[in-house]
Amino acid sequence: MKHLVLGLVATLMMTAAHAEPTATGDLGLVIERAKGSVLLVDQSDRAALARIEGLGDLSHASLVYSPDQRFAYVFGRDGGLTKVDIVTRQIANRVVQSGNAIGGAISDDGTLVAVSNYEPGGVRVFDTDTLDLVADIPTGSKTIGLVDAPGRRFVFTMWDSGETWIADFTAGKPEITKITDMGKNPYDALITANGRTYITGLFGEDGLTALDLWADSPEPIRVLPGYGRGQEEMPVYKMPHLEGWALTGREFVLPAVGHHEILWIDADTLVETGRTQTHGQPVFAMARPDGRQVWVNFAHPLNDTIQVIDSVSKKVIHEFKPGPAVLHMEFTARGHEVWISVRDANKVMIYDTQSFEKLREIDADGPSGIFFTARAHRTGL
Amino acid sequence: MASLAHIQLGLRSAAPAGGSGWAGRAFLTTAVLVATSAFAADALDPNALKRLVHQDCGSCHGLSLKGGLGPDLRAETLDHYDAEVLTGVILDGIPDTAMPPWRPLISPEEAEWIARYLLEPEAQ
Repeated sequence: MKHLVLGLVATLMMTAAHAEPTATGDLGLVIERAKGSVLLVDQSDRAALARIEGLGDLSHASLVYSPDQRFAYVFGRDGGLTKVDIVTRQIANRVVQSGNAIGGAISDDGTLVAVSNYEPGGVRVFDTDTLDLVADIPTGSKTIGLVDAPGRRFVFTMWDSGETWIADFTAGKPEITKITDMGKNPYDALITANGRTYITGLFGEDGLTALDLWADSPEPIRVLPGYGRGQEEMPVYKMPHLEGWALTGREFVLPAVGHHEILWIDADTLVETGRTQTHGQPVFAMARPDGRQVWVNFAHPLNDTIQVIDSVSKKVIHEFKPGPAVLHMEFTARGHEVWISVRDANKVMIYDTQSFEKLREIDADGPSGIFFTARAHRTGL
Repeated sequence: MASLAHIQLGLRSAAPAGGSGWAGRAFLTTAVLVATSAFAADALDPNALKRLVHQDCGSCHGLSLKGGLGPDLRAETLDHYDAEVLTGVILDGIPDTAMPPWRPLISPEEAEWIARYLLEPEAQ
């Protein structure tokens, strides 16, 4: 709290004097979901700078950054799309664009922001300057796994119909390519950092489905078809998340559904190369930016624990309990630190990823997602 | 909670990868019954249960229970169900949907409390 108060005082002084330009390259935002606010944090100072309030229902909220790392577009569960100016530390604009949203993406050129919606199901695309509606793409289904792809494209998948659509905005009006038969009940998807491979996890059947977006006509590629929740259904207490932090050397790492393990697949052939048993049902399995380590958190009731896996040996090399309800992890751009939100401790905890030493705790109100501005320059984040 | 974590670690070794199998499942159920009967001896903790509803059920149903991947759970939406039906859904899940059985994690008394809380949030 001391840091926050000092930060707030510093903010007031700074904004009053307009003395210093604000560099945003090492800043970040932490979602405080129950409070409907975001906490602006400084990665280098390991400190909270300001709290920006009035963003609505932020359960399961996420955000993306403008290419200049000044604006964050925050996607709230209540359908709110809020543009936050992290230089002035104010809400720049806000629209409620649907009844029930799940996430979003920003186009590679930074001009379009897309939101995927559960209700009414589909994707809506907005101008990043004005938040005016540019395109409405109803899908007739809860829509998940929305990502940006190179070439002013968005890719997203339908929970109910098992289709993936590619919306190409090169010509202004979206041109939609529909890929059917992706599998039953896809729950989330990711795109690799090079923008080539789109992978969707399946809840309703075994395995995952990939698309090669470099192909002229991408076709569904079954990954681990004999694997998943199995014939005997495993209860899943929290859907895993698939995020673009998946590449470790030559393999992708993915959380299993229901099973207490993470899966390794060859990045070129998409063939399984191994499994690592874990403490619980994984929620996030996130590769450190260099790919050398994978950090895993778990579903309720084992969500007080993190395991760190070495991506060469595929063995757990470290396990610790940051505290109750570890919801999210975010690495610094080069991976030297990881910031971890521990919701029920009301803390963001910062660890050195080499020594695993805790470096600092920052007070936050029920923190969930942590997003550093370095994401602005990565496809799929 | 520490004892529960310990038990689940036990399950991990009892249920090999991929197969899981009845033995592991039965072991879990038995172990959890032992664990939850210990909890059940204590009075229900309304704050902990409310937190479970909003934070953990909220993973799918939304923090404010307005729905997400899972359906809307607000009282006005649920009022044509009675508490017994909802208790059963919470404990045993709904086959072929994403709704899991919570019986391994909570007691029938806790499930019933949650069902009543969903129907009458103010009363609890």
